[in-house]
Amino acid sequence: MYKARAWLSRSFTALSSNPLRVCVVGSGPAGFYTAEKTLKAHQEAQVDIIDRLPTPFGLVRSGVAPDHPETKIVINQFSRVVQHERCSFFGNVTLGSSVSLSELRQLYHVVVLAYGAESDRALGIPGEDLIGVHSAREFVWWYNGHPDGKNLSPDLKSTDTAVILGQGNVALDVARILLRPTEELATTDIASYAWTALEGSSIRKVYLVGRRGPVQAACTAKELREILGIKNLYVHIREDDLIKSPTDEEEMKNSRIQRRVYELLSKAAASASSQPMLGQRELHFVFFRKPDSFLESNERSGHVSGVHFEKTALKGGGPGKQYAVGTGEFEDLDCGMVLKSIGYKSVPVNGLPFDNHKGIVPNIRGRVLKNISGDSSQVENGLYVCGWLKRGPTGIIATNLYCAEETVGSISEDLEQGVLASSSGLPKPGREGLLQLLDNRNVRPVPFSAWEKIDSEEKRLGSLRNKPKEKLTTYEDLLKVAT
Amino acid sequence: MLIQYNYMLKNISPPSNKIILPLIFQQTGCTSQHWRPLIKLQSDPRVFQGSLFQKYPQFSTTAVNDASHGSSIQKDMINVTFVDKDIEEKNIKVPVGMSMLEVAHENDIELEGACEGSLACSTCHVIVMDMDYYNKLQDPTDEEMTCWILLLGLQRRKSHLGCQIVARPELDGICLALPAASRNFAVDGYVPKPR
Repeated sequence: MYKARAWLSRSFTALSSNPLRVCVVGSGPAGFYTAEKTLKAHQEAQVDIIDRLPTPFGLVRSGVAPDHPETKIVINQFSRVVQHERCSFFGNVTLGSSVSLSELRQLYHVVVLAYGAESDRALGIPGEDLIGVHSAREFVWWYNGHPDGKNLSPDLKSTDTAVILGQGNVALDVARILLRPTEELATTDIASYAWTALEGSSIRKVYLVGRRGPVQAACTAKELREILGIKNLYVHIREDDLIKSPTDEEEMKNSRIQRRVYELLSKAAASASSQPMLGQRELHFVFFRKPDSFLESNERSGHVSGVHFEKTALKGGGPGKQYAVGTGEFEDLDCGMVLKSIGYKSVPVNGLPFDNHKGIVPNIRGRVLKNISGDSSQVENGLYVCGWLKRGPTGIIATNLYCAEETVGSISEDLEQGVLASSSGLPKPGREGLLQLLDNRNVRPVPFSAWEKIDSEEKRLGSLRNKPKEKLTTYEDLLKVAT
Repeated sequence: MLIQYNYMLKNISPPSNKIILPLIFQQTGCTSQHWRPLIKLQSDPRVFQGSLFQKYPQFSTTAVNDASHGSSIQKDMINVTFVDKDIEEKNIKVPVGMSMLEVAHENDIELEGACEGSLACSTCHVIVMDMDYYNKLQDPTDEEMTCWILLLGLQRRKSHLGCQIVARPELDGICLALPAASRNFAVDGYVPKPR
């Protein structure tokens, strides 16, 4: 049935000289999968992908850790999408300043927002803006050479201890980068300045702290196995923390992932020696601790010197719904650096309905709603979301595959039911209109061919240092090579 | 019935000589017992830039007959059938040693392969239709397991990563179904709490 309808909508646009014009905002996995599926579902559609950075690929470039090159291979597939004749990429185009949302909606029949989550959940506790307290997101941008991450300049020399709040895969990534022998990182595409800083780092102890227990740890087995396997690393987990309640057992029964994570943690706890050896780096998994405040150093005013934790216990709700409750007992951990890895958060844009509590744009199956109340009759025509902006900052790259299928499915349905402007015969300026508008504003978009120049240059520079690439890390350098 | 393949998205330049052979009717064993059109495609050997695939010679549907056995199948080729989400079947002759992911890409079958076979994703998972064939496959390695348990909706007992199934004589006649799009994309059944 769907096939027949899809054929109808395809033939409709094929008959009209009024091709569907689509703009995708954001060139990460959500943006690219959306573009790919739109091109496939609509044989006349023209898709433009814009991004505020001169470089495409979003977190595949700036989020995936340097020692995970296989995860970045999907860039090949994404590059093939842009090389399609009906698809274009324009970097250096910022939603809000280069072009507004309402302007995009006038230029295109369909606008899909896939710009992800570039901010952080806040703890909202005292001391959060002490020097030395960073978000893991910024730290990841820093070692991955994101042009907005360079100025983080974390101080890795004045302390031997870092505390990471959170136990998801991002937390494990940053812990691993801090603990991995730097010679193993030398041949990756890590930003050079970050590698130099890590070489000179005095950090020897890393704490991964979670509010709940090992059964609720948010990381996955592959990443956990990797960090536990670091050479010459002392791993410590308190035996008591591994005690399971009946609800915990129930949770583990229902989830293979949780089971494997728990098994890895208990195996690590059992096989650990009682004391670290001289010179060994240390990784401590700490459970049932909720950060209450950050402690300020007496010697260096304005700098963090520790975290004040409240011990927690798990409370009801049933399997999968246990939450941490403070017990009134407190404990401090001394440290000179804190990385908060408690979740990314999306940033709202002018003219866009936004659910501040969930950090997403209210939507139903990718169709943007006029307000948060969720009334499905109040849909913003022609406006869609995909990826983290739609679902919240969870999942893996492949999660966006299914997310894009759903959003593009909604677009196809709306097209077929005559909801979109293209079916009523109104042509839209699309690409030509956008380029004209940008030109009038003196904004120079970076086309994909220019990204290819950047890519070649990065690879060339990398080959001089036995790295797959040496990233260009400032806007100036990127734009210089691009033009 | 012509089936359109979106080869344009997967190639940098379209293959120059794509031949669609006349429809040949043959009984297929996978999804039904009736006579169904058997459509074969020939494609140019394509190089995937940056991929980990090996290059294979162009598939040939003209069999090299083994005179002594009278077999109509080339000795180092096996039959593989792919069934897509619309229950369309594609029967392909596959050289021994090629992975199912490579086979799919060489024949414009819509199998995702984000990491191109390097065990860093789960997008190439296929469903092995017949338990007998599933049992002939080697057990998934630990690494493979950690890839595909991340996706919901997998029929765990019959799913396998396409990049890890390598053609062997024992797998002749295997039938692989492409998974339908999953609407539920949370990690292993996790349903986000309404906040």
